[in-house]
Amino acid sequence: MVSSIKSQYSKFFGKDKKGTQSSVVTVAVVLAILMIYLTFSSDVFLTYDNMFNLFRATSIYGVIAIGMTFVILTGGIDLSVGSVVGLTSILSTMMIKSGTPVNISIILALFAGIAVGVVNGIVIHYGKVPPFIATLGSMTVVRGLIKLVSDAKMITGLTESFTSFALNKFLGIPNLFWIWLIVIIIAWFILSRTIFGRNVYAIGSNEESARLSGINISRNIIYVYATSAMLAGVAGIMLASRLSSGIPTVGSGYELDAIAATVVGGTALTGAKGGVIGTVLGSILLATIRNGGVLLGINPFILEILIGLLIVFAVIAQRGSGK
Amino acid sequence: MMEKFELLRVENLHKTFPGVKALKGVQIQVLSGEVHALVGENGAGKSTLIKCVMGVHKKDSQSGGIYLEGKECEITSPHHAMKLGLGAVYQDVMMAKHLNVAENFFLGKLPNKLGVIDWKFAHKKTTEVLQELDIDVDSKCILGSLSIAKQEMVAIAKIYANKCKVAVFDEPTALLSTEETVILFSLIKKLKEKGMGIIYISHRMEEIFEITDRITVFKDGEYVDTVNTVEVDEDKIIELMVGRSVEDMYGIKKPEIGKTVLSVKGLSKKNVFDNITFDLKKGEILGLFGLVGSGRSDIVSAIYGATSFDKGTIVLNGKEIKVKSPRDGINNGIGFLTEDRKHTGLFMELSCRDNTNVLSYKQMSRFGIISKKDEIENADLFMEKLKIKTPSMNQITKNLSGGNQQKVVLSKWLSNDSELLIIDEPTVGVDVGAKVEIYKLLESLLFQGKSIIMISSYLPEVMGLADRIMVIAEGKQMGIISNDEYKLGNFEDEQKFIKHASGIV
Repeated sequence: MVSSIKSQYSKFFGKDKKGTQSSVVTVAVVLAILMIYLTFSSDVFLTYDNMFNLFRATSIYGVIAIGMTFVILTGGIDLSVGSVVGLTSILSTMMIKSGTPVNISIILALFAGIAVGVVNGIVIHYGKVPPFIATLGSMTVVRGLIKLVSDAKMITGLTESFTSFALNKFLGIPNLFWIWLIVIIIAWFILSRTIFGRNVYAIGSNEESARLSGINISRNIIYVYATSAMLAGVAGIMLASRLSSGIPTVGSGYELDAIAATVVGGTALTGAKGGVIGTVLGSILLATIRNGGVLLGINPFILEILIGLLIVFAVIAQRGSGK
Repeated sequence: MMEKFELLRVENLHKTFPGVKALKGVQIQVLSGEVHALVGENGAGKSTLIKCVMGVHKKDSQSGGIYLEGKECEITSPHHAMKLGLGAVYQDVMMAKHLNVAENFFLGKLPNKLGVIDWKFAHKKTTEVLQELDIDVDSKCILGSLSIAKQEMVAIAKIYANKCKVAVFDEPTALLSTEETVILFSLIKKLKEKGMGIIYISHRMEEIFEITDRITVFKDGEYVDTVNTVEVDEDKIIELMVGRSVEDMYGIKKPEIGKTVLSVKGLSKKNVFDNITFDLKKGEILGLFGLVGSGRSDIVSAIYGATSFDKGTIVLNGKEIKVKSPRDGINNGIGFLTEDRKHTGLFMELSCRDNTNVLSYKQMSRFGIISKKDEIENADLFMEKLKIKTPSMNQITKNLSGGNQQKVVLSKWLSNDSELLIIDEPTVGVDVGAKVEIYKLLESLLFQGKSIIMISSYLPEVMGLADRIMVIAEGKQMGIISNDEYKLGNFEDEQKFIKHASGIV
């Protein structure tokens, strides 16, 4: 059965999967089985309300994970995304509270987020600091900045037009999910069909070969970290709207969820293997497990343990199937 | 001389991978004090056999056996193989490059007293073994700081110290210069005198005839024959390997030489190379011969723009060019096939198609969006032109044979229409059949009006193919010798080149 699904899958998606069909298909099959199981074992799972909540909650993590996928494909890692979520959520809400128009507040906050990514890229490429350390540093610096500008206080009392966005839907689908969907489509297109996308894979595969092939490494690395920070920034604004407030501590630990979704989805930490579709499936799989665990009344502590094991197991399974 | 006895015997060995029968009943026998060559084209099953013997792969259950000193053994893991006295040295030495020589020697079993490492003993023991084998290496050196040749010798010494009975050398000279090869051979001869049995895998016929006692030939996973080295010649072996006779490996046709394409004057880089001056004409191959570390690769990477230089001019088609980055080299139509295609040429995890197109995305895209149609067409064109053997252009490059990988690198540069190709060791790790194909490709490139600078530490290759050979010793240009001044296969001429390359005028 799996093999026929595989062949249909490759017919449908063609040849752009860089040999990762098998791991993507594995995640898809696991997700499908889980969803079927939950549909039969819980009356609530396949209801509109539950699906609405599940996808709305996943969207925020999902957007961050897409950015993380770009970074991991180059063989890097971005630990600063959680702090960037906090940064844009605080900056946008502060500006909105002070009377700045909502759209301008959002754009300015996003620029601040992108700036963090650009700095990450510069430090990593020109400073030759390993991505783990560089982004660990900026994660801490940005979190400090957030507390400094917000005085570590929560920001509430925002205009209705901002807070209602996350609650509303369009064509029956949550607005937040639309944003994720648009991000997915654009990111998929960029990675599979543009020069920038190919360069991401090339750098992740072999940076020295890429340099000798005339690929501008510095520019591409900066773009990649800027992309990750920008998407984290978008997630921050989505979160601020959903919580109807700016909270200085928000976003902590999100980087780990994003990494988990990416890795479970089949993107290799060594770079060049994987892609957007895997990450989307990985995000949904993790969210479904959390959601299903709650519905079935599984002890949340045990659920935590299960998710941790799944992450490690996913990597082992993919290594096996990649051979 | 000691009495020779049988150390290792493999009988009727089968190995099946999903969908492929890699070994179909092969055999080999290694005696004590024997150097036994194992030859065959890529895909003949040499590596698979070695991996079965070394416990990396498990042989098929209904297959024949592996016998060590007459006793049948079921080898379960590389560690088990080592315990039984089987050792292997691979071309890219697999040891811990950041640790020192003694640590590498005792890796996993450092001598200790209650967990505290006895460094004195470790260094003493290591030095003893190194001295016994006349290897000039300090046990305190960091392994990675040594030349590849020295690292290899350390690896060999380690096997020896482990009381290994049968050692497998897989392309040990692939990355060595001619001079280093001589030293390696004297080491192999020493091991042989000490009664070790050696399986020697190499694509270089000259070496096989110099060092081995017997030759076993595989073809397409099957055993062909075992012969005494002294009773056969090179043509006979090649005939057994490929099933057809190769008249003259290096016989390529040459076009009329055209006008000067590249003119390098006074190229210098402090402590690396000095005052390099030469011309290259259209349709010509200029050979660059020198020992590893002589600066030959540095010279060409400076011309390409991959590394910097201090002084000198590079004139291409009558115009001086500035090459500050690889991009500049590419834009000026210079192609650079690096020596180490795995690490500096290819993207191993990416498909043949991506590897072929990576330089040409600009031409096949608008606003940064790549035309899928152009991509597929271009890759198809080169797969066909270069006869790249792969089930599909979406195949991951890692899964291709060495010869086909080299063709993929070549297709990348041809796709960019490079008119000057710099080729660094084009046939390292490439089997005889693919070698001939690559030479034919070079021939057709010359006829298309391209010019080639070829680096090779393999004398017959450079002597057979080049119109002129520039000899480099320690960064200095020792002279440019035209091909009417020497004869391929002439021993004295070869000696002359080696002397020049060693800095003896």
